Amino acid sequence: MTDLLFGLNWPQLAAALMLASTPILLAALGELVVERAGVLNLGVEGMMILGAVAGFAAGVETGAPLWGFLAAALAGAGLALLFGVLTQLLLANQVAAGLALTLFGLGLSALVGQGYQGIKPPPLARLEVPLLSEIPVLGPVLFRHDPVVYLSLLLVLATALFLARTRAGLILRAVGEDAAAAHALGYRVVRIRLLAIAWGGALAGLGGAHLSLVRVPQWTEGMTAGAGWIALALVVFAGWRSGRLLLGAYLFGGITVLQLNLQAAGIAVPVELLSMSPYLVTILVLVIMSSGRARAALAAPADLGRPFHAAA
Amino acid sequence: MPPAGRVLLSVEGLTKAYPGVLANDAVSFAVAEGEVHALLGENGAGKSTLVKAIYGLVRPDAGRMTFRGRPYAPAEPRAARAAGVAMVFQHFSLFEALSVAENIALGMERPPPLRELGRRIAAVSRAYGLPLDPLRRVGDLSAGERQRVEIVRCLLQDPKLLIMDEPTSVLTPQEATILFHTLRKLAAGGTAILYISHKLEEIRALCDAATILRHGRAVASLDPRRHGTRALAELMVGASFAPPARAGRAAGPTVLAVEGLTLAPAGGFGRGPGEVSFTVAAGEILGIGGVAGNGQDALLDALSGERPSAPGAVRLNGRPVGALGPAARRALGLSAAPEERLGHAAAPDMSLTENALVTAQVRERLTRRGFVDWARTRAFAERVIARFDVRTPGPGAAARALSGGNLQKFLIGREILQRPVVLAVNQPTWGVDAAAAAAIRRALIDLAAEGAAVVMISQDLDELLEIADRFAVLNEGRLTPPRPTAGLSLEEIGLMMGGAHGMHEIAGGPRRETGPAAPP
Amino acid sequence: MIRLEKRAEPSRAWQVAAPVVAVGLTMLAGAAMFAALGKDPAAAIRTIFWDPLFSPQFAAYSRPQLLVKAAPLILIAIGLSFGFRAGIWNIGAEGQYLMGALAGGAVGLAFYPAGGAHIFPLMVLAGALGGWLWAMIPAVLKVRFATSEILVSLLLVYVAQQIVAAAAVGWLRNPEGGGFPGSRNLARYPAASNPELLPGTGVHWGVVAAALAVPLAWVLLLRHVAGFRVRLTGAAPRAARFAGVRPGAMTFACLSVSGALAGLAGLFELAGPAGQISIDFGSGYGFTAIIVAFLGRLHPFGILLAGLLMALTYIGGELAQFMLGIPKAAIQAFQGMLLFFLLGVDVLTNWRVRLRRRREAR
Repeated sequence: MTDLLFGLNWPQLAAALMLASTPILLAALGELVVERAGVLNLGVEGMMILGAVAGFAAGVETGAPLWGFLAAALAGAGLALLFGVLTQLLLANQVAAGLALTLFGLGLSALVGQGYQGIKPPPLARLEVPLLSEIPVLGPVLFRHDPVVYLSLLLVLATALFLARTRAGLILRAVGEDAAAAHALGYRVVRIRLLAIAWGGALAGLGGAHLSLVRVPQWTEGMTAGAGWIALALVVFAGWRSGRLLLGAYLFGGITVLQLNLQAAGIAVPVELLSMSPYLVTILVLVIMSSGRARAALAAPADLGRPFHAAA
Repeated sequence: MPPAGRVLLSVEGLTKAYPGVLANDAVSFAVAEGEVHALLGENGAGKSTLVKAIYGLVRPDAGRMTFRGRPYAPAEPRAARAAGVAMVFQHFSLFEALSVAENIALGMERPPPLRELGRRIAAVSRAYGLPLDPLRRVGDLSAGERQRVEIVRCLLQDPKLLIMDEPTSVLTPQEATILFHTLRKLAAGGTAILYISHKLEEIRALCDAATILRHGRAVASLDPRRHGTRALAELMVGASFAPPARAGRAAGPTVLAVEGLTLAPAGGFGRGPGEVSFTVAAGEILGIGGVAGNGQDALLDALSGERPSAPGAVRLNGRPVGALGPAARRALGLSAAPEERLGHAAAPDMSLTENALVTAQVRERLTRRGFVDWARTRAFAERVIARFDVRTPGPGAAARALSGGNLQKFLIGREILQRPVVLAVNQPTWGVDAAAAAAIRRALIDLAAEGAAVVMISQDLDELLEIADRFAVLNEGRLTPPRPTAGLSLEEIGLMMGGAHGMHEIAGGPRRETGPAAPP
Repeated sequence: MIRLEKRAEPSRAWQVAAPVVAVGLTMLAGAAMFAALGKDPAAAIRTIFWDPLFSPQFAAYSRPQLLVKAAPLILIAIGLSFGFRAGIWNIGAEGQYLMGALAGGAVGLAFYPAGGAHIFPLMVLAGALGGWLWAMIPAVLKVRFATSEILVSLLLVYVAQQIVAAAAVGWLRNPEGGGFPGSRNLARYPAASNPELLPGTGVHWGVVAAALAVPLAWVLLLRHVAGFRVRLTGAAPRAARFAGVRPGAMTFACLSVSGALAGLAGLFELAGPAGQISIDFGSGYGFTAIIVAFLGRLHPFGILLAGLLMALTYIGGELAQFMLGIPKAAIQAFQGMLLFFLLGVDVLTNWRVRLRRRREAR
């Protein structure tokens, strides 16, 4: 076992970790903003997979991965707005609507992806940060990634600043804490929530496209394999704070990469046990975070998942 | 008293209809600059709709308003605030997870940076005697302090008209006195105050003018100081006003004994968890007063069985029931009626028949081997409806379709018809029209007369003093020793209520531990 | 502008009409989707909804299939409906279905090749138990640690899939299967098989179980106090506690019912139509059943109808795939759309739509 662990190429693993974490990090960042606005969108998996196929298709058709990412963001936001219309305007149950989004997204993505199985997407150039990428060991780990990896890190910072420091962020949090009170102050709760939902969808779509265009990179049906659900769990793990989200995403990225490498290394543990480990660890972390003292430290938005209608 | 200045706000023929109700019917009145103007009326008289129209939350169907001599028709609260109208709601629009400063910033159009805002909050709160720490989380504040946040938020915008909706309903008498002091100071500075209340005494003490609303119409505009409480009450209710007389009774044996019950606070009171001990005798009504949020809900839950306690902490006829759940307690005769009608005492979307089953299953034998006897359940619901004059199309109506008063009559009736040994009620007449409130009080008196023990938790002091045999106050999870109601003076009650919360800087109270740190 | 106004009471008429309208709208949207795929929309709709039942060419094969496909959907959806009514969201029925099949199948294979009338009943028991145990994981975690049952039950689906895969290539692999993954075929092991009971009807024990579950659930839900408590918990959780319902016990009860029924559905499917445990034994019934439960308004007889309709889209979808080359994924998207439209139309049950001439802030 120890031989095996020392035998692994750790710097390469660390670089792979950042790559593997990016899809769930992006999706979770979007969902974090949505939940801070008081909306529980369980459709992350559906938006991710639609983003994955839309990004892949657009990337292949245009030959430019960046168009792919744009298409993925738009597709994710579009699907999210469907959820937004149902829950915010038609006041549908958020849990049911989120599930519908996932089921529909899985079906629609399979339909759209018919002709794209087994194709290689155009490669996305790595952005090698000058000078920094030359640093031994750390350089290749940290500074030789595709632009979306850096974008995700930038978004972690931006989300934190937006929520803590800007007036728009304050209003968004207020809407998530008590929609009725925010409405009484004259803020447009439904509009703010719809914007947040669309933003969450766009990021989930980006995350999906990163999966299909960069990480794998190809299109297969159901390729997100629960990444959207893990992203939802991560938001709970992070206590609705973006800094801790980064930690959580990299932790899970690490587990994924490690178990894949252990599988490849032919370790004497059943492949299936390794494959299920990310899900088991997610459940374990959820349990730890939601129980006892840890729960008190969590600051779930008070109005999370509650419907709001302005007619008082 | 400020001189009656120029007209600041005039309302002419304002009308607003909701499906089935004419909330405001051609209401006209005027408020002068620097005037404290009362809007007086029963629950449901149309006061809230009227001020919501002034504050831009409701668009009237007809009528016109002028403000500072110009036509005024705010499309939204933002426009109202821009024009110089501010409002403090009865149910605060505050965000518990956010700080005082963040809350205040949310209420402003162009707030300065938080640090500068903190300085201004400190300045305003000093000027008007409203101590506040801008950095504290609102969730940790008392009701009185939260009201201060709302007031300071309004004052920072330098309003010309300040609307206050039932502001004293969450305050102790002493806190109310301090609030009046602040309001007079404001009025002296030229700010007009539109003061909504149904409490006659405080209006006579505070206001320069009053407009009385009844069934959506303005029935009178007068100077409240020149009229007696009784005359005002008759204008408000529209009929002569006769409080139910209560014949003195000899109390029977003790049936409910509560000993050392702890009401561990949900949000945390100033002091550690207190203990509650009291006894109630058969045929007796124990009134429990105190400002909301001091453990009333927890006390009712502890009596109903939703909040289990040590077995001996609650005894029914000597038998420990503290560890029993609600159904088992009901079987023994300990029933309860919680404050929250929709969602706690009743399921809003379920029919009255189904809601009858919620508490009457065991005592009325509405199930046989687990199967619900719906015919019997429906018959029971019909009995409650008939006996307590519940206005509804029938037992098939959804609970939420009933008015507050009718639903409350049904819910209290549901418990009374089961002939409980002890009935605990929390705020039984809150938000209920006067006729229904009187009927509910009457029913509770009758229940006691038939030998049941009644525990009545309420924030309406008048109501408690009217029907309770003994009176105690719940304050920060502690209960004062109950005292006979007869001969209790308002001052004594004020002392029992523990004085003002966190107002020591002004009131000079001895208990400093609940107050926020005074801002530098 | 359109404004929503809360009805004083939920509209009974719309409660019944909403699913019908939703199906109609889904057909329209589906037709548009098929047209976009370059297929004749009318032919597609007819192939999916009409031909399996009435075409002389296909009905003989398709009609029995209807019951075969509907039975697991109905069985699972009935179980889910209790939890959904109480606000307990078990969305991992697929995992419970897999574990039920695995447990029941393992018991059956353990007896191989012995005969005996006790084997199949034991398998049924093990199937229910397997699904129940898998559902108890989110139940315990929710009651003990307040962990979201939504996320846990769903994540456990992926874990169950891995366990089934491990069984199919490992400890349950058919020793006579020439090294191919997959267990022995139970259909060829009479003591453990779930055969067609009436030839040509598709009726197997799972269909019988579903047919029994529907009226039983109706009695429990609408005539028994246990069902009343479930409905009360969903309608007003605090009122339920006031009535004496213990939330923890309710969580256990609802997850027990849904887990056991999903497990049963898995076992019947395994021992009947599927025959063997394979790597991809899971067929998505556990997820489609969520749509069935909602489409049936969480009402047992509604679920019966919804289950039959959803089974029709499966069979008609296969037919459309075969006849018109409409991809299978289109049917999946179609089913997802159905839930969307249902949720959208459902607004009319509790709200009245009013057109307004001018903007109004209330």
